Amino acid sequence: MRTDNIYNFKGVFVFAEQVDGKISEISFELLGKAKELAEKLRTDVTAMLLGYKVENLASELARYGADRVITVDDKKLESYMTEPYADAITKIIKRFNPEVVLYGATTIGRDLAPRVSARVFTGLTADCTKLDVDTENHQVLMTRPAFGGNLMATIMCPEYRPQMATVRPGVMQKAEPNDAHKAEVIKFDAELKNNSNYVEIADIIKKEAKRRDIGEANILVSGGRGVGSAENFAMLRELADILGGEVSASRACVDAGWVEKDLQVGQTGKTVRPTLYIAVGISGAIQHLAGMEESGTIIAINKDESAPIFEVADYGIVGDLNTIIPELIKKLRS
Amino acid sequence: MRITVCIKQVPDTNEVKIDSVTGTLIRDGVPSIMNPDDKAGLEAALELRDKYGAEVSVITMGLPQAEEVLREALAMGADKAYLLTDRKLGGADTIATSTALAAAISKIGFDLIITGRQAIDGDTAQVGPQIAEKLNIPNISYAQEIEFDGNDTIRVKRMYEDRYHIINAKLPCLITALGDMNTPRYMTPGGIKSAYETEITVWGRNDIDVDDMQIGLVGSPTKVAKSFPKALKGAGQKTTLDGEEAADYIISALKEKLIIR
Amino acid sequence: MDFLLSPEHMMYQKLFREFAEKEVKPYAVVTDETEEFPRRNVDLMKQYGFMGIPVERELGGQGCDTLAYVLCVEELSKVCATTGVILSAHTSLCCDPIRKFGSSEQKEKYLKPLAKGEKLGAFALTEPSAGTDASSVQTRAVPDGDSFILNGTKIFITNGKEADIYVIFAMTDKSAGARGISAFIVKKGTPGFTFGTKEQKMGIRGSSTYELIFRDCRIPKENMLGQVGRGFNIAMSTLDGGRIGIAAQALGIAEGALASTVKYVKERKQFGRTLAKFQNTQFVLADLATRVEAAKLLVYKAAIAKDTQKTFSTEAAMAKLYASETAMEVTTKCVQLHGGYGYTREYEVERMMRDAKITEIYEGTSEVQRMVISGSLLK
Repeated sequence: MRTDNIYNFKGVFVFAEQVDGKISEISFELLGKAKELAEKLRTDVTAMLLGYKVENLASELARYGADRVITVDDKKLESYMTEPYADAITKIIKRFNPEVVLYGATTIGRDLAPRVSARVFTGLTADCTKLDVDTENHQVLMTRPAFGGNLMATIMCPEYRPQMATVRPGVMQKAEPNDAHKAEVIKFDAELKNNSNYVEIADIIKKEAKRRDIGEANILVSGGRGVGSAENFAMLRELADILGGEVSASRACVDAGWVEKDLQVGQTGKTVRPTLYIAVGISGAIQHLAGMEESGTIIAINKDESAPIFEVADYGIVGDLNTIIPELIKKLRS
Repeated sequence: MRITVCIKQVPDTNEVKIDSVTGTLIRDGVPSIMNPDDKAGLEAALELRDKYGAEVSVITMGLPQAEEVLREALAMGADKAYLLTDRKLGGADTIATSTALAAAISKIGFDLIITGRQAIDGDTAQVGPQIAEKLNIPNISYAQEIEFDGNDTIRVKRMYEDRYHIINAKLPCLITALGDMNTPRYMTPGGIKSAYETEITVWGRNDIDVDDMQIGLVGSPTKVAKSFPKALKGAGQKTTLDGEEAADYIISALKEKLIIR
Repeated sequence: MDFLLSPEHMMYQKLFREFAEKEVKPYAVVTDETEEFPRRNVDLMKQYGFMGIPVERELGGQGCDTLAYVLCVEELSKVCATTGVILSAHTSLCCDPIRKFGSSEQKEKYLKPLAKGEKLGAFALTEPSAGTDASSVQTRAVPDGDSFILNGTKIFITNGKEADIYVIFAMTDKSAGARGISAFIVKKGTPGFTFGTKEQKMGIRGSSTYELIFRDCRIPKENMLGQVGRGFNIAMSTLDGGRIGIAAQALGIAEGALASTVKYVKERKQFGRTLAKFQNTQFVLADLATRVEAAKLLVYKAAIAKDTQKTFSTEAAMAKLYASETAMEVTTKCVQLHGGYGYTREYEVERMMRDAKITEIYEGTSEVQRMVISGSLLK
């Protein structure tokens, strides 16, 4: 809502996403960032925990930095559904007047947050990769990629409150858990009532369990167009197995049908931040770099010495992957 | 059934390049295309029409040249096209955009609204749910499949990170389409010819029922403080090596970084 | 006078380009290697209405103009000249004469399914001893009751074995010379109509070039196209239109080779720099691009002339002469810029050079085009 006095709004709020009674990783990442913002804004951190029989999760949110946990416990919130979640969050916002509300840029957060922003009529910045505070003007600076990752934009929401953002998973650091940190728990009755915006969840189908998500792997062996074929990925898989990592890929390989879409790193795939990223036959289009350049150590192997991947690589090797990778596997095995 | 599909003309971001000298975005010569997720949404609408019969309208808000994507949509088979264009609507963020679009869509009339999940220039994924909120109808985001019972209920396979929800929703409602939910059809030559014989309805600010304080730049809660090209991480070492040398080099690097012992 | 495509024509171009890139290009190499007719491409073109672009909607077509059709052949030929000529022969040489000279019954029975792509068309004029000298056809059509009996052989027929409907030319009155030739519509499967050898060609290797054999082949009289003795005029008029299609094919081949080469010279390095940095490369490419542009203007002009002028023989001949010689020069020089790689199957300019040569030969050799042009100059 538009306001003449932004100081009437206090506190950094975080939507603590949980699925099946398990708090999502993004919630802890948000708390880590929220804590940092709250210090700069001289305020505290509140987690909003919605679900059914989830109150026991509040202490876990406290360990990761929540000073306060507002819980809404209702059967209607058991599985995520837009309307009851939007209704509950809107009511919390109207009741507590936070100055900042953060959501994960997940398939839940990116559905919920825009609905809420339209309901309270305030600004929402999507898929932020950086959040900071202009302490002088008491404004949050929300930075996000645009134009397919070619451009970064810093967004502000000067006259409306709360300032809302969805935050890209895997980008913010979660705080070290602190068992001694306790939070005030507030049970909030959102008075949820069925209305025409409710839909029916007829069925829930789990996707088949796959290997570890590339977003969570510490080591990624990533293949690009230069790998040449689906069969050649076996070689990368072998290397990843030796190093205890996972295989990922550039968009070209997904488009070519060599690997599954969920292995894709980059602007239209996943953002990864492993300790080690080995880019094999990846030229390094900007859209790809957007998804991996925050990696700890980057090793790039490419036969084209002018490939942009070398611009971000700590170790760049100009050479033929078809001889280098088998040789590396052989040496690592011995 | 009346289906309205929201489409957007976007620069093909795959063709956007950074000037290596000035570090700025090169927009010259970047082709404009129909946003891919929107195209999938249009295909979904056309498939529903082919199967159950419907009138498919497309709407876009943008500069006058956005007419081109409407023609493309007509050439693919859409029945009617609306262009919402006005200086007063310019500079809108997602909230102000959805306010204007919602007003225009309610003037067109609808049973089902389909938007793309997100546009490749902004990547916000916000306008769909916000339109639904403005119209006070349910929205189902991230649709992988859409079915219709032929009466009043839409059945959507809604994608999450690790699962799908099969959702039944009564019309009217809004769906946001995933780009990979289908393969959009091509236009046909005859479709193109017809598209240029069809009149596009052009609306300005005065044709829709909105509050001036909620549209355009004025009605946008968010402001762009600054934008800048993405800084690249500095390059490290680069050497040309053959297979064995390279393997040794990588192993020493892994040892240096304490990844292997 | 407007040298820019209209927004409508730019939209056609966008469609054909996208279709060619996504659907046709991936199969161009295999089509060339296997010499198999690209049936998949034809089926897709049927699905999207490409088989009847310049045919009226009432006749099952798309109701577009010749320029739209030319843009289609051009874009297809940029990536696969075989597919380009399949469409060109079908549209210009089979749909068009039936559209122009056919009775309303013939249009209903033959043109409609052709324009919808349900049937594929072909055109058969050339014979072993009637190439450039087309009026000396030996195939005879002898009246017999309510039929004609066809005897003779046609060669080098594009879409030969794959077509369903053929426009063929035969002598009904040998004493009348060229005025004794009549045109007929013949269906595949007519008793007495069989196929001879398949040609092993240098280029456009998937286009199903066959010999057609007629032995006491009985054709109903109602299948005569146009009036008796008007066959040669029908053939010449049809070839005027066909030449525009082949000119578009040649233009597409040249553009495809040029684009491929521009990409290559930016990548390939010699003496420590890309080929693009050498002045020879720059100047050669500049000349080729200029020729391509000139060819394009002639081809588009001929397409527009076909729809707006009473006669367009000269325009069509100029377009074909210039575009086909451009295709040959551009592809040859593009191979040269590729060096040794350009002579290998690894790079598409090798195929394009082989494909280009035929455009100087079929539907009137370059020499024939010069005869047509000079003939109208000096008459």
